[in-house]
Amino acid sequence: METPFVHQLPADAVRAKRARAISLIGPTTVALGAIWGILQPYRVTLLHPRGQGVWWLLIEPPLLVAVAGLIFALVVAKPLLSDLEEHDAAAR
Amino acid sequence: MLPHAEMVHWGFAAGILLVGLCLLAEAIVGQEVWRMRPWRRYLWPGIAFGMGVLLWPVMAFFTNSSIHMYAHGSWAEVLMLAGGAELGLVHGRLRSRWWRLTWPLAFAVTGIAFIVHEQNPWFFARSAFLHHLLGWTFVIAAVVPLLLAWRPRSAVLQGAFAAVVLLVSVQLLADRDVAPVFGHLSPIAGAQHR
Repeated sequence: METPFVHQLPADAVRAKRARAISLIGPTTVALGAIWGILQPYRVTLLHPRGQGVWWLLIEPPLLVAVAGLIFALVVAKPLLSDLEEHDAAAR
Repeated sequence: MLPHAEMVHWGFAAGILLVGLCLLAEAIVGQEVWRMRPWRRYLWPGIAFGMGVLLWPVMAFFTNSSIHMYAHGSWAEVLMLAGGAELGLVHGRLRSRWWRLTWPLAFAVTGIAFIVHEQNPWFFARSAFLHHLLGWTFVIAAVVPLLLAWRPRSAVLQGAFAAVVLLVSVQLLADRDVAPVFGHLSPIAGAQHR
């Protein structure tokens, strides 16, 4: 039985792995921020905003982590994935 | 009206986290793909340079002793130098790869400043512990950007650089103004925060 495309699989697998890794970075970071917020809800002052100062409401570490992950996913990862796809298509 | 010191640390930690995520992505896809869009090549060096600029107001408004002022001032200087050199390199204005030695210099200066300006022992309070830990992390990890100056395309070294930056971010996020560390809090540290 002929398998003419088998020799291309490792390179394709590497490309798929890279794309999957990039697409997972943002959601994983957001999830870590969310898990931190669940484990230490008192760090998320938006859950009990009454009487909090402006800085306590603006700077909440679990939310900062989640926002960093969200910004990465939307601003960096999305166009990077399309560039990676374009680059891989040109390399094939 | 000024935020607590711990909040400033968390704000910088978020910026460092974003830099770390970008470095990680660059290590995964490689420099060729990462630099396909012009704006992306300036992204993490720009954030690093911007954080260096922002360290000056931190130095002016948040330092309560000469040694704190020198430490924050030296961080501002080396971060601006390394971020600016990286911006020059990706733009093409700077051509010598030895400009990348500004990163190990920044790491070494930052680490030494952390260790020297922390006057209390490791288990005095969490902030003291983290200052010592951050200092030694920077001093030991300076070898990573040093090796990157010789092998700038090494994916392993790029990944290690990203991991160090992410580790620094986690350490800064763990900071509290007055809080115990592994159950230890000196009675002279002050009232524990929530």
